[in-house]
Amino acid sequence: MILVVDYGMGNLASVVNMFARINHKAELGRTADMFARADKLVLPGVGSFDAGMKNLRERGLDALLEREVLVHRKPLLGICLGLQMLMEWSEEGRAKGLGFLRGDVRAIRRVTPELRVPHMGWSPVTVAKPHWLFPAEQSPPRYYFVHSYHVQCADPADVLATVQHGDALCAAAGHENIVGVQFHPEKSHRYGMDLLARFARQA
Amino acid sequence: MSRPRIIPVLLLRGTGLVKTERFRNPRYVGDVINAVRIFNDKQADELIVLDIDAHRRPDGIAWRTLAELASECFMPVCYGGGVRTLEDMRRVFALGFEKVALNTVLHECPELLSDAANEFGCQALVASIDAKRSWLGTQHVVTRGARQSRGIGPAAFAVELERRGAGEILLTSVERDGTGLGYDLDLVAAVTGRVGVPVIACGGAGSLADVARVVREARAAAAGVGRLFVFQGRNRAVLITYPDAGTIDALFP
Repeated sequence: MILVVDYGMGNLASVVNMFARINHKAELGRTADMFARADKLVLPGVGSFDAGMKNLRERGLDALLEREVLVHRKPLLGICLGLQMLMEWSEEGRAKGLGFLRGDVRAIRRVTPELRVPHMGWSPVTVAKPHWLFPAEQSPPRYYFVHSYHVQCADPADVLATVQHGDALCAAAGHENIVGVQFHPEKSHRYGMDLLARFARQA
Repeated sequence: MSRPRIIPVLLLRGTGLVKTERFRNPRYVGDVINAVRIFNDKQADELIVLDIDAHRRPDGIAWRTLAELASECFMPVCYGGGVRTLEDMRRVFALGFEKVALNTVLHECPELLSDAANEFGCQALVASIDAKRSWLGTQHVVTRGARQSRGIGPAAFAVELERRGAGEILLTSVERDGTGLGYDLDLVAAVTGRVGVPVIACGGAGSLADVARVVREARAAAAGVGRLFVFQGRNRAVLITYPDAGTIDALFP
């Protein structure tokens, strides 16, 4: 069972819905029992960093995530804010992140006056190295991005894909059983379905 | 940079999709869930759904319709219409919408925008600005179905709303709405020149060439399209078109 962590934020229905559409069982939940029963975990997220971390901590979900992901090493997929909360801290807020991935979160730099922030829309990603999360085809996959902050990995080997928006921003990051994507697979049509299917199938 | 978005803007009245002309005479076109399903099948970039009646209805937002609508979409959807409180917004997001569009409430309670940005992040908040030209020729912001002037220009208002936490501006020309005469490029350029957030131009798209122009010449980040993609077929069935990926790639090389 894939558990979509319910901490009261994010487009939870959309994530569960897309897994259902690709015939994988995903459930929304927040109890210790569901965490224990889950084979894999998804941490979605729409909203601000501090609000997200506060919601996680108030519900004791940070401890449950640490146990299942860091100790039991279950696969985890962070989405958008869910990826950002995996980092150590964010320029957006004052709360400490989960620290599952080394690095931080910074505001997108407006490198030219023409650059629009938030980064909003469909963008192709450049895959850094072959990884089970992405298809191996010639043309780059495209996903929907909507964010004003981006992840900076301390270890370049953790960067799985980048997207061009002014600077080359981290589009996906990962380390061992933990992966995270800055874009919204649940809102990226067939590209997103492909990515969630890969996560669901990954051993 | 991401590719400019082509966004169908759907006007909702109950469960019916309607079309307006210059914000007047809403005419039924078809069932909204059906339309949304087809746009999803055609892999539309994004959708905006605006309930033009929600603020007038005693029970407000049509939650059941929205829940059904959201479940059909695997692309981002923005909802607007009668959203007045943070709790309204939480409910809309929980249903699966990416963004909310705020309009009337921004004039009555602008601090709501900053509160909402603190909780949801500015990227989830679309400030919807309807603009009408006065008899002097200057643009001014209007509300209440374009009946009430707010005494401020759209560019100045957009700047203030960006400062308060809007992550995107939906800018609609009342005069061009439903006419197919092309976007009001001067209006759009006046706003895109003053703000740093994406601006979705709306009102007047008559062809894909209009869409390309408003992006290229007026620097819109996205083009909102109404009647161009939605037709009423026989037996009150709605007919939907949307350009395929190859056509869009050619439009924005």
